[in-house]
Amino acid sequence: MAKTTETLELSLLLEAIRGQYHYDFRGYSLASIKRRLGLARERFGCQTYSQLQDRVLHDATVFPELLGFLTVQVSELFRDPEYFRMIRELVVPHLKTYPSLKVWVAGCGAGEEVYSLAILFREEGLEERTLIYGTDINGEALKKAEAGIYDLDRIPLFTENHRKSGGKSSLSDYYTAAYGAAVFDKSLRKRTVFSDHSLVSDAVFAEVHLVSCRNVLIYFDRELQDRAIGLFKDSLSRKGFLGLGAKESLRFSRHADAFSDFSAGMRIYQKQGLA
Amino acid sequence: MREEVNEPGSALAPSRMPVEAIVVGASTGALEALAELLAPLPASFRLPILVVVHLSPDRKSILAELLDAKCNVDVREADDKEPIEPGTVYLAPPDYHLLVEPDKRLSLSSEEPVHYSRPSVDVLFETAAEAFGPRLIGVILTGANDDGARGLKAITSAGGIAIVQTPELAHVSTMPLAALKICPEAHTLSLEEMTAFLQEFSPPQ
Repeated sequence: MAKTTETLELSLLLEAIRGQYHYDFRGYSLASIKRRLGLARERFGCQTYSQLQDRVLHDATVFPELLGFLTVQVSELFRDPEYFRMIRELVVPHLKTYPSLKVWVAGCGAGEEVYSLAILFREEGLEERTLIYGTDINGEALKKAEAGIYDLDRIPLFTENHRKSGGKSSLSDYYTAAYGAAVFDKSLRKRTVFSDHSLVSDAVFAEVHLVSCRNVLIYFDRELQDRAIGLFKDSLSRKGFLGLGAKESLRFSRHADAFSDFSAGMRIYQKQGLA
Repeated sequence: MREEVNEPGSALAPSRMPVEAIVVGASTGALEALAELLAPLPASFRLPILVVVHLSPDRKSILAELLDAKCNVDVREADDKEPIEPGTVYLAPPDYHLLVEPDKRLSLSSEEPVHYSRPSVDVLFETAAEAFGPRLIGVILTGANDDGARGLKAITSAGGIAIVQTPELAHVSTMPLAALKICPEAHTLSLEEMTAFLQEFSPPQ
């Protein structure tokens, strides 16, 4: 009984958020969203999802903060160095055959992966011909991404990751340290566009050669995962590449046949030649 | 429906409803303890076992390979949205939380660490308790922090069974002691006793 009530309250809350703020979390993995909404309830002092729903509908200041709970933004520069090494060693040689390139980092959060790829593409001599799109649903995160400022205490990890990824330069070439923060070089953003885009409700916006979407699909249920992977499929050019998180795969997707394993160990896929 | 025939021996087993899954949390000393607990399980063991071990987050762990080599049951790292198969041990991958969805699939998350840990035992145990209710056994082994105590309490609150490694026998007793403090109703067992206990709950093939 209690459990059924709570499940009902949760779906009403998600419906309220969708109705009022046009963010649709109904297809998100329930276990994780419940945990994060539980933390949000503690933060806002709400005993129930219904109380939280009341707050979010009637107090306009609540939703932006709640969105921070609902979207996970933990990342690093060159997170999973091995992934970036595979991009560098296996994918880049293919990309070099194109006169111009587009890359889509879907669910870019605060931009860590966009900067990682911008640095990698510069090191590989591809920067001038490449446009990188970084998209996310969280406007606050996109502002952070635009700013390109990260806590200085995260830099040792970033530096180590970059080195392990086969970095051909020193990470310190790309940022200025000041007041406990590392400010990344504006020139890295010259060929980068950050933009609001939802994998839940928006459509394809460009033809790209590489989609990198890592640790985003894990927050979606399978139906929503399929929608997102369908967008990637439609967005990718012939023989384009799709990079997923280390523990994400196309194994359970209905679009699996449209892709072949390119580096299965690193979850890099290639779109099949025939559409 | 109830498979009482296959739940003999234990004082608990005969009267209770069947168990669908086992969750295990361990930290310092985990490899030895897990090997001792899991290696004797026969290949015919039918329950899935979901395991969180605190590891350094460098994302490459050979724990699954090591255990798989020692065990009759399959041991592997969990993939996102993977259906849970019987008789399989799923380890949380390094640097991800492992959760159980209400439809009893596994899911992963990069949410913030809990108790400085990702994966966190509490996250697995709390979501598993939601999904399996009373049809769940939670096991706390050796470890040097208090992750898992809250989760174990969530399991017994949902009607599930709690087991804690006898603190004096654990490589590091902090985690068992913390669990027993919050969850005094838990059974304390040696690893050998645990292996036998778990087998009593395995349904027939």
